[in-house]
Amino acid sequence: MNQHAQKAAAFIRNAERTRWHDDALWMVRSKRDTATHDIPEWEQLRELGSLVKNNVLSKLDEYLDEFEANAQKNGVQVHWAADAEEHNRIVHDILAKKKIARIVKSKSMLTEECHLNEYLIEKGIEVIDTDLGERIIQLKEEAPSHIVMPAIHLKKEEIGALFHEKLHTEKGASDPQYLTESARQHLREKFLQAQAAVTGVNFGIAETGGVVVCTNEGNADMGVHLSPVQIHCMGIEKIIPKAEHLGIFTRLLGRSATGQPITIYTSHHHRPKPGGEMHIVIVDNGRTDQLGRKDFRNSLKCIRCGACMNTCPIYRRSGGHSYGYTVPGPIGSILTPGKDLKKYSDLPFASTLCGSCSDVCPVKIDIHAQLYKWRQVIAEEGHLPAGKKKSMQMTSWLFARPKLYRMAGKWGRRMLRLLPKGLIYNRFNTWGRDRDLPEAPKESFQEWYQKNRRS
Amino acid sequence: MTVGLFIPCYIDQFYPQVGIASLELLEKLGCEVVVPAGQTCCGQPMANTGCEQDARKNYTYFVEQYKDFDHIVMPSGSCTYHVRKHYDIIEQNEDVRRVRQNTYDISEFLLDVLKIKSLDSQFPHTVGLHQSCHGLRGLRLGTGTERVLPQESKLKQLLGMVKDLQLVALERADECCGFGGTFAINEPDISVRMGLDRIAEHEAQKVEVITAGDMSCLMHLEGLLKRQKKPIVVKHLVEILNHTEP
Amino acid sequence: MSKQKMLQRIRQAKPEVTPLPEIPGFAVPAEVLPILFKENSEKLGSRVLLTASKLNLKEQVLQLFPDAKKIASPLSEVDTTVDLGDISDPHELADIDVAIIRGQIGVAENGAIWVDEQDMQHRVLPFITQHLVILLSQDKLVYNMHQAYAKTQVDQTGFGVFIAGPSKTADIEQSLVIGAQGPRSLTVILD
Repeated sequence: MNQHAQKAAAFIRNAERTRWHDDALWMVRSKRDTATHDIPEWEQLRELGSLVKNNVLSKLDEYLDEFEANAQKNGVQVHWAADAEEHNRIVHDILAKKKIARIVKSKSMLTEECHLNEYLIEKGIEVIDTDLGERIIQLKEEAPSHIVMPAIHLKKEEIGALFHEKLHTEKGASDPQYLTESARQHLREKFLQAQAAVTGVNFGIAETGGVVVCTNEGNADMGVHLSPVQIHCMGIEKIIPKAEHLGIFTRLLGRSATGQPITIYTSHHHRPKPGGEMHIVIVDNGRTDQLGRKDFRNSLKCIRCGACMNTCPIYRRSGGHSYGYTVPGPIGSILTPGKDLKKYSDLPFASTLCGSCSDVCPVKIDIHAQLYKWRQVIAEEGHLPAGKKKSMQMTSWLFARPKLYRMAGKWGRRMLRLLPKGLIYNRFNTWGRDRDLPEAPKESFQEWYQKNRRS
Repeated sequence: MTVGLFIPCYIDQFYPQVGIASLELLEKLGCEVVVPAGQTCCGQPMANTGCEQDARKNYTYFVEQYKDFDHIVMPSGSCTYHVRKHYDIIEQNEDVRRVRQNTYDISEFLLDVLKIKSLDSQFPHTVGLHQSCHGLRGLRLGTGTERVLPQESKLKQLLGMVKDLQLVALERADECCGFGGTFAINEPDISVRMGLDRIAEHEAQKVEVITAGDMSCLMHLEGLLKRQKKPIVVKHLVEILNHTEP
Repeated sequence: MSKQKMLQRIRQAKPEVTPLPEIPGFAVPAEVLPILFKENSEKLGSRVLLTASKLNLKEQVLQLFPDAKKIASPLSEVDTTVDLGDISDPHELADIDVAIIRGQIGVAENGAIWVDEQDMQHRVLPFITQHLVILLSQDKLVYNMHQAYAKTQVDQTGFGVFIAGPSKTADIEQSLVIGAQGPRSLTVILD
């Protein structure tokens, strides 16, 4: 059994918890439905978002050039990182130059992808993740299980126990209001003591050289405006051409992610604060590889809303951790095979290809079509589980020979009718573990047809 | 009108009654129906497993079998979707193009080609419709609940023509059943969980019969229903549309 | 150099150019903008005062926040206890109870208000304060974000933000908690 299937099986063993996790995420999908139905032109908006992002990918180098030039004119220092290692080094160098020992970081899947925290902590720098969900999993020493709601897999009692241990909240307390207030006090201290702030970037505006950071908590801004040094880490694909395009994306993002018409804070950073430093780190880390893949480059349009995860019936019942990567769920399953085809070869198969993800994607990424295409690549490159390719080749061969197929069918059905149940429902019969096989009729349709119609 | 009827492999072997109902229904509606003796499989099971290169011979074989028909009809949204969408990897000669353009799921054939407005059928039962994903989101046989568009459904429209049929509304109107072909074996735990969750919804609405446009979904749900010894039965859409006795 | 390497890789990998779409003007609901703004703003947890108050701004603030000790505002109409002009280090704003600023544009479809560096004087002010009050002129309301972006220049100052409510989170079991890291409340006075 593959990685995802094994982890999913473990997750699902707790049926009650699976039901709770599934319901929680379905609720977010429902909120998304309500919010999107408030905009009669929603489907048009998706098309606009998709077309803008298509254009961005087709002129990415020009936009990045324009972005850098405008940012530099504003007194912003722009850095380029070809991979995760370089990204981490650049961020560290900025901090080391000023002998910075304490930083705060708001949500950034890119920095997760690069494992920035581990890198900096190893070099003696305190890194505090300030998004509440991120802080929770940081204290718990876990990876996020969702890109928007990192702690969605945890119950409030578990968070209460964690806070009791780490933040000295009352034992047994689990009221979200109380716990959030405790986190507020704790994080406020960290904001006030931080010497630098790192954020992600939701959108980089080529026309102005500015970066847009969206939050509900206000944590990114608390960090950035209190520290003399602000660092914004951006994947190359986050560029949009003009400020006017933000009209499209700010209407798409909040509704798709959590069902809110907009995030509480949509911050536009253009110039360093008086006496401060502002840095932007532009990161590749495999994105140019994906850009070159004709069938898969559309995955770079992603605005990291998480809607595909909320709607995916498999994600909801297996949890983000079963995907084994920073970005899980449907979008994760089309990004990861590009990074390591063998390691992530099970992910495109962790899907029924139901297509719901593609229909909720605000920028119309054809996720389910890409899952199908990755399957072909995985099979071609020899990464299917042992025997799978052979059995498919045999099946294909059989189906090309109608007489043989009909004979195989006839004898197969006869076996099913005659063999004792104990023999049929053996441990190799995966289907039969929880499901009955269909009744095996005496006559196939073709046999009936030849007898009743073709004479 | 001559119709080439395609009966998917698992219907041929395990649910011949669905093939028979498809045939009878089309004949009742005035079609001359032919089932080529050599037809076997559309190639979807292999392709979904990643082996579409191996399935190419099945694709060309299918086209060979059906190239002389004006309309190719099948009681399967997923097979129809596969032919229309994924047969793009074989050489697109005139026969291939024509076959792809004229392959229909039986529900869209009835409404869009035959343009039927009524049916002489009755089915006095409480029915739950399972919206099979490939038909729904692949062929757009209906509007998925994800989309901000008028909610329409060809399958509901057809069921609406059946006398005495009570169609229930489900909370999660179009969540996947969990079959997914190879998925049912690769990820059995989630597959089973998804199927049981669907069934629970139908049970909550006191459904007697679950129907769908794809027998594969129903095979999966039926497998679970029988193992759980639940009284709900499954019937393919065409079996209901073809049902005339009370 | 990584920049050149990356740009070169992009040039080799990118697809054929596809054009940018035209953004159409979308239909706007018939309801009066202030009503719509209030409705949508309140959905995100704000308090919106529509009716003209008999009290002046100073009195209004005292009435809304009777226990407030430290009040800060760049606006001369407000009696402040803190002179923002005296503040050089944003950390000094850590104990502000109420901050009052004026917004430039309000968006009726979501309750968002655009404020920039000039409106707040200190970038951290609208975040670090315990309670935020934003004054907004009714004739500065538009319906949607397209119209808002058309009316503002995002890089006019070094920092600008759309604020759509009090800070919030639902990170603990999807339970909504108002007052996360930023202000615990947002009061919008439409004048």
